[in-house]
Amino acid sequence: MRTLRGVGALVVIGGLLAAGCGGGASASNGPVEINWYTAPQPGGSFAEAAKACSAASNGKYTITVQPLPSDATAQREQLVRRLAAHDSTIDLISMDVIWTAEFGEAGWVDPWPKSRADQIGQGVIPAVLKTGQYKNRMYAAPLDTASQLLWYRKDLVKTPPKTWAEMIQMADQLPKNKNWIEVQAARYEGYTVWFNTLLESAGGSILTKTGKVALPTGPTEAALKVIKDVATSKAADPSMSNNQEDQGRLAFEAGNAAFMVNYPYVYASLKADKPKLFPNLGIALYPRVDANKPAKVTLGGFNIGVGAYGKHKSVAFDAGTCLGQPEQQVLYAVKDGLPPVSQALYKDPRIVKAYPYADLLLQTFSDGSTRPVSPAYNDISLAVQRTIHPPSSINPTSDVGALRSKVDDAIHSRGLL
Amino acid sequence: MTQTATGPPPTSSPPPAGPSRAVSAPKPRKRTDRAMSERRLGLMLCAPAAIVMVAVTAYPIGYAIYLSLQRADLRFPNANKFIGLSNYSSVLSSSLWWQDLWTTVFITVVSVAIELVLGMALAIVMHRALVGRGLVRASILVPYGLITVVAALAWKFAFTPGTGFINNWFGSDRAWLTQHGSALFVIILTEVWKTTPFMALLLLAGLALVPDELLEAAKVDGATSWQAFRKVTLPLMKGAILVALLFRTLDAFRVFDSIFIQTGGANNTESVSILGYNQLLNRLNLGIGSAVSVLIFLCVLIISFVFVKLFGANLSQQRGES
Repeated sequence: MRTLRGVGALVVIGGLLAAGCGGGASASNGPVEINWYTAPQPGGSFAEAAKACSAASNGKYTITVQPLPSDATAQREQLVRRLAAHDSTIDLISMDVIWTAEFGEAGWVDPWPKSRADQIGQGVIPAVLKTGQYKNRMYAAPLDTASQLLWYRKDLVKTPPKTWAEMIQMADQLPKNKNWIEVQAARYEGYTVWFNTLLESAGGSILTKTGKVALPTGPTEAALKVIKDVATSKAADPSMSNNQEDQGRLAFEAGNAAFMVNYPYVYASLKADKPKLFPNLGIALYPRVDANKPAKVTLGGFNIGVGAYGKHKSVAFDAGTCLGQPEQQVLYAVKDGLPPVSQALYKDPRIVKAYPYADLLLQTFSDGSTRPVSPAYNDISLAVQRTIHPPSSINPTSDVGALRSKVDDAIHSRGLL
Repeated sequence: MTQTATGPPPTSSPPPAGPSRAVSAPKPRKRTDRAMSERRLGLMLCAPAAIVMVAVTAYPIGYAIYLSLQRADLRFPNANKFIGLSNYSSVLSSSLWWQDLWTTVFITVVSVAIELVLGMALAIVMHRALVGRGLVRASILVPYGLITVVAALAWKFAFTPGTGFINNWFGSDRAWLTQHGSALFVIILTEVWKTTPFMALLLLAGLALVPDELLEAAKVDGATSWQAFRKVTLPLMKGAILVALLFRTLDAFRVFDSIFIQTGGANNTESVSILGYNQLLNRLNLGIGSAVSVLIFLCVLIISFVFVKLFGANLSQQRGES
């Protein structure tokens, strides 16, 4: 008996209609469509600014907001894949400050023309303006900025600490489980931000001006010692080595923390979530490492860049300029809590109303530091995170050498990270 | 009984012995025209599927191998060049690769072992359930229906001091995800919780193959239920168990989501997939990232090879016994 073994495979291959990626001008004389790739803000300020600028252009362009994911790593992942494939629909990009060198070096964004750049730079906080620059060109125009302050409990602490050492000492004396110091020490970008702030505050830097490894021994040891001291103090949050910004905020709102370094969003959040705790919220400048030198807090925020493969680049520069104007910055600040980049705005009543601590913010931004400007920034950040994590296992003296050699590998994109 | 023209000289073969045993047809010694044309038809019918497979799997694999031999970094498009095996040597000489590989192997072995035991228990429950069989099966399968990321987040919150219920239950204030051992425990727990139902489902299919008569016969011979399970059920299920183990091992070896969500790979909980992700998507270093991917692919091949060899050996053993 033999059965026929028939093998049948029916494969229906549906023809894929490659839909052209849209974008581009619809009619020859109508307004040009400019696609702005950005994380949409919950308050709707970006959409509103896009509308306002489109209207002000008198039919020259319409800006369409193309939403990106909300976290910066996911935004970058999507953008770099598209840009590496020369996507011509990307006209404007909201760029995290750490992408400037990477995107500039790869040729994914065009540098701003000199005359425009000079004009845009006027009145912008100098440290903030620097975050969009690479090799003496402006690759991204400032849009908004961000930095951390010290948030503390006024009912537990009379005067805010001036230095990290002072803060740890104060916290040690407070009752248990009310005295935590909230920092960002999970193994992620926020940890690099913390380290960079401490290192710059101590007078060091990760890279030299020419992009070589710096990490001078004294300041690096001082920065590592602060991290280690926080991690091994009695006031350390038990989850410290897995905490990002939001876990810190939650612990503060739950009443477990006496101190927290964090971004201004915690202010509005505490006001809404814990109205009873809110009157006890104290705000101060970020703690120093060296009692005699102001803290140089790492700057964050977003700049705006013009995609190198777009079809309407000169129009895109116009639109980008409009989106960075002070009027738009006020929108971003009031509706979405994104602090402005123009110095003068910090006296504007609308900004002072949104940020009752505007003077502290302006001072922090003016003293602010940037993270290493290098096309291999992500490698450098990974190398830092890997070498000095978990925080409690840091050895301030012996880790300096390890850090230098890892960062050197990272600059040359060598090895695994 | 029908006889084909191409068949060998007729032999009176007895009817098949077992109810589920298929009889393989005796092979013809030489091919006739008809057999040839059938074969050609078969190949042609297969071709579209084969071409699609080549396009969607073989091409990317080939391209990854090609990239792994290059210095290829999306950020430095002008610096691409052929560098032979140096990406592999920098991966294999890095302690990070070996550390992550052992972590991955550890997570794989422990979680698959636990899943096998629990999955078998669940499969027996599903098999034996007399009342509400549909309800029992559906409720056991719920975790498998959840998205891994959601399950990972849920367990992360459960184990985080302050937001989670675990510490409340045990009256501790341990931060589970901040230490190597306890973080691995949470990751493995998530994996086990999530995929045990899948294991149970595969094993249930195997259980259904065990004929009741054999179990009854064993009982008549005085076997306890444990003996019947060990000496009758397990040997007959060997094939199903191995398939289930193979599927789950391959899956567990590529673990990514739970670790990515729960620790991001901190505290030495990084798997090789996270390592590859970091090189490819974070650093945009396509050369080294592809080398990591190819090495993961080789590991998967080795696992499959070992299993299939085991599998084959057992199959022939089974045949010898019967």
